[in-house]
Amino acid sequence: MSESARQDSPEQAEFRDYCRQWLASNKPKEPSVRLPLSPLEIMTEEQLSYLQGWQKSAYDAGLVGCDYPVAVGGGGRTDCQRVANDEMIAARTPFMPNVIGLGMAAPTVFHHAQEALKERLLPRLFSGQEIWCQGFSEPGAGSDLASVQTFAERKGDRWVINGHKVWTSLAHFADWMILLVRTDRSHKYDGLSYFVVPIRAALGQGVTVQPLIKITGETGFNEVIFENLEVDDGYRLDELGKGWQVAMTTLLHERGAGELQTPRSGGMKSKATHSSNTANLIELARCTSRNGKPAADDPLIRDRIMQLVIREAGLGQNQRRARVSALQDHPARLLLQNKLLASEIAQAIGATAMEVEGASASLYLGDDNAPAGGQWPMAYMNSYGMTIAAGTSEVQRNILGERVLGLAKSK
Amino acid sequence: MTQPDNFGFGEEAALLKDSARKFLADNFTTDKLHRMVASDHRPERISACAWDRDLWQQMVRLGWTSLAIPESAGGLGMPLAAVAGLVEELGRAAFPCPLLGSLNATYVLTACGNDGEAALTEIAEGMTATLAITNAEGSWDLADTGVDSTSGQLNGTAYFVQDARKVDRLLVSARTTKGLSLYWVATDAEGVTIRPDAIVDLTRDQAHVIFENVQAQAVSNNGVAALSHAMPAIWTLLAADITGAAEWQLQATVEYAGTRQQFEHPLGFFQAVKHPLVDVMVLIDQCKSLVYNAACAFDTEPKRVAQFAHMAKASASECAAFASSRSVQSHGGIGFTWECFIHLYFKRQKHSQLLWGDAAWHRAQLANILIGTAA
Ligand SMILES: Cc1cc2nc3c(=O)[nH]c(=O)nc-3n(C[C@H](O)[C@H](O)[C@H](O)COP(=O)(O)OP(=O)(O)OC[C@H]3O[C@@H](n4cnc5c(N)ncnc54)[C@H](O)[C@@H]3O)c2cc1C
Repeated sequence: MSESARQDSPEQAEFRDYCRQWLASNKPKEPSVRLPLSPLEIMTEEQLSYLQGWQKSAYDAGLVGCDYPVAVGGGGRTDCQRVANDEMIAARTPFMPNVIGLGMAAPTVFHHAQEALKERLLPRLFSGQEIWCQGFSEPGAGSDLASVQTFAERKGDRWVINGHKVWTSLAHFADWMILLVRTDRSHKYDGLSYFVVPIRAALGQGVTVQPLIKITGETGFNEVIFENLEVDDGYRLDELGKGWQVAMTTLLHERGAGELQTPRSGGMKSKATHSSNTANLIELARCTSRNGKPAADDPLIRDRIMQLVIREAGLGQNQRRARVSALQDHPARLLLQNKLLASEIAQAIGATAMEVEGASASLYLGDDNAPAGGQWPMAYMNSYGMTIAAGTSEVQRNILGERVLGLAKSK
Repeated sequence: MTQPDNFGFGEEAALLKDSARKFLADNFTTDKLHRMVASDHRPERISACAWDRDLWQQMVRLGWTSLAIPESAGGLGMPLAAVAGLVEELGRAAFPCPLLGSLNATYVLTACGNDGEAALTEIAEGMTATLAITNAEGSWDLADTGVDSTSGQLNGTAYFVQDARKVDRLLVSARTTKGLSLYWVATDAEGVTIRPDAIVDLTRDQAHVIFENVQAQAVSNNGVAALSHAMPAIWTLLAADITGAAEWQLQATVEYAGTRQQFEHPLGFFQAVKHPLVDVMVLIDQCKSLVYNAACAFDTEPKRVAQFAHMAKASASECAAFASSRSVQSHGGIGFTWECFIHLYFKRQKHSQLLWGDAAWHRAQLANILIGTAA
């Protein structure tokens, strides 16, 4: 029995059995293409359609959106997404492609949209048939997100949008965008409003999506330019001028600290995938030769790896402890550390893996001699995406220092 | 066996932890601690062994020393997670007392089986104890000892004995012709001499204990096995103590960073102060989570308890070092004085950091478990 299985409610226990049975006979086949590290690096239609196929079948089986009401396409269950996630991860399924939809757009739409809009948008979001992206960052507004300048001007019951978004992950495949815009230039925070925008339908007619190339050489994020795009007022979430509050719902969920559990799968083990964890790092150190001995015998390397093992285990146990209220002094203290720790640990694991590989860490994906297919240097470079996106590590430390420790707000 | 999701930290454990926190906050302020232990600042001083015996007796009456003792020997048989919760609170208060020593002895004696029962009953009745198992080198190898046993007579010296002057009994490891045996010895027995060490930490006392032809009864003839079984609990409890003390260091420093102003801002406004304090918090949380995981494993997943307890103490040692470093540095000049309470915890934590193995030692043991011993 898994750790959490023991604490299941009757509903959860029954659902867990169901998930297990379904997964036992419905795990997707090996992909015919290399899969990226995460959904944010999906580059080709082949990768996307393989992953979309998986998300659709998981949704049809009831493993996605479990805790949302049936009326909006959910499963109508109580605290069962966690169970489905446990089981999908244990079954080492592929990850789901519609991450921004599931992790950010869904909870935001659910909390802030009119009922009819929820019913229209959420089912195809959960199934992965419609991919979502997030239009927050701009050339002049990153960490200081509330300074966005993309402007929506009222025109009857429609809005005309002009502006420039950057780093927009998945925009090249996206049907919809969650969009933070300015509707009033005289107030920084209260001048913001929040829309959902059907961008695919408007490509070439007010919306331009151009790929940006990442440090790894991959694509996956884009710049998105709005030129007099008209959208209906019905696509506005919550009240005019409440965009910042709505964006907070999005960001809280993006950082893993929201109340709605994000559907999560992953951990697929195959030639097509890579994962920066210490089990793989230890495996690498065992297989790498150094002065005629396994690198795993080198006392310095052992110590480095054990430091990472401890940090990784600590994060896992934090997540367990976050559900035991008697062992916490502050309700958000552990949750708000999740993103910071996960991204920094993955980065340190990648850095150590390259040191273990030594000279061979110079070899990249195109080299037949590259250890592990050149995935470690790629993973190390990609790890900076995670320490920068969704609020940089520095911004996370500001948030933790201010909200949890109560230290004075930094500029 | 697998672990319960809540670390086995149930309602009873939560009540115990809360009441301990309240009891210590009501009865033992840091100001009181400072007046009690820091009267002599001379670097050459011999540790005074000042402690509040009356308050300690109240704790004994509350049952805190018999929590870990099996019910069969007159104790409460509480899980290690509950005991760790209590110890975390004692660490937060830095209360000088022989609780950790007595708990350590309890776990070793429990591992001794029938031969340990009589000694456990003594602890259940209010006797206090500590381990005397370390040699002059401070080796953490359980087979090492500075004491020999020949036909039931102990000779030699045990070093780095914690809170030796506060306790009634010593649990001594001694080399015999067959291996390592454990003995239960009264501190006032004939031939036992306690020589106090002059130590940095003001909240503990430490001594080396000389044995000269001391008659003693063995509680185990397989000392290494009994100690190996108990050590994960001992590391975990010290890590719990460190967690509580580090949280005190963090909160005291955060408070100072909120009141002290420089350059027209409270210190906490500056990220060179703020971000390291967040990193202290991150280390405390890592350590605390690993402590309860190890504690839970001690009762429910014995196969992996050594692995988890090495993680907890390695993490705790790092946490003790970093929390101490930032607590002094962020206080500036005042943090460098004898008058500021910060030094009491700084010294306690540096002591705890090294006791029963530092971070690197525990990581080396962990690597042997997870990777296998190096060729
Ligand atoms: C892989 C990836 C995917 C992304 N996907 C999306 C997406 O889908 N949608 C979207 O809207 N955005 C996305 N982003 C953008 C991301 O949210 C921003 O890059 C991020 O918020 C940082 O903003 P910036 O790049 O403008 O850096 P800046 O804000 O200019 O920061 C530069 C440096 O200064 C530091 N800094 C800034 N302010 C402070 C401060 N107050 N205190 C201390 N240090 C500070 C930062 O930590 C950083 O180190 C993505 C980014 C990446 C890397």
